[in-house]
Amino acid sequence: MAFYECVFIARQDISATQAEALADQFSGIIEENGGQVGKKEMWGLRNMAYRIKKNRKGHYILLNLDAPAAAVHEMERTMRLNEDVLRYLTVRVPELETEPSVVVQSRHSRDDRGGRGGDRGGPRGGFRGDREDRDSRPPREQREASAPASPPPSTPQDSDNKESEA
Amino acid sequence: MTIEVVSKSAGTRRPFFRRRKSCPFSGPKAIKIDYKDVRTLQRFISERGKMVPSRITAVSTKKQRELSKAIKRARFLALIPYLVQ
Repeated sequence: MAFYECVFIARQDISATQAEALADQFSGIIEENGGQVGKKEMWGLRNMAYRIKKNRKGHYILLNLDAPAAAVHEMERTMRLNEDVLRYLTVRVPELETEPSVVVQSRHSRDDRGGRGGDRGGPRGGFRGDREDRDSRPPREQREASAPASPPPSTPQDSDNKESEA
Repeated sequence: MTIEVVSKSAGTRRPFFRRRKSCPFSGPKAIKIDYKDVRTLQRFISERGKMVPSRITAVSTKKQRELSKAIKRARFLALIPYLVQ
């Protein structure tokens, strides 16, 4: 038996309980075929980065499997037949993670940050952060362009030494 | 002869010494590459949604291969966009 991680996206029109039932159905298939489901994670209704079959949102569900290949194939076949499943991805992993995945953890931390006022958005590298960088970039380039004019007397020797060391 | 030429050109091109960045995925404080970790992957894609070349992010060749696979998986699951218009 091998370890797999399976993420699938369910249609946005179904309810959270229906999505959970869907996950149970697939876990049932795995267990019938001699596999085990280690962890079931509901990421909830998330916004998708682009539309899939006219859906803007989807229920994301992660299953950690320890199952033979035949069971995974059977599960994937039923996922293809099921019209509530927009997309699935099954990846073989060397080890199954036992702790909750990053998605669940980050959701909690995001809630915390919202309470604090959301002023710690810097290291996340979001769109807004990128835009601020961009605004500050032109002056830096000007500085770089003007900088070589003044320091050359001392620096070329330094860089020569470094090159010869390397 | 050749050594002199190389050092001269390097001297004019980089007048001040820039510290070499190390790969963020190797070493003791390494981050794990995970296709589910959108926030980390976001650091390695451009505003347009394209992957950033490793010569800019200083990711090692081996890890860049791993990273590109993770980004492609995340794109497939609509966690990150293929392109931003």
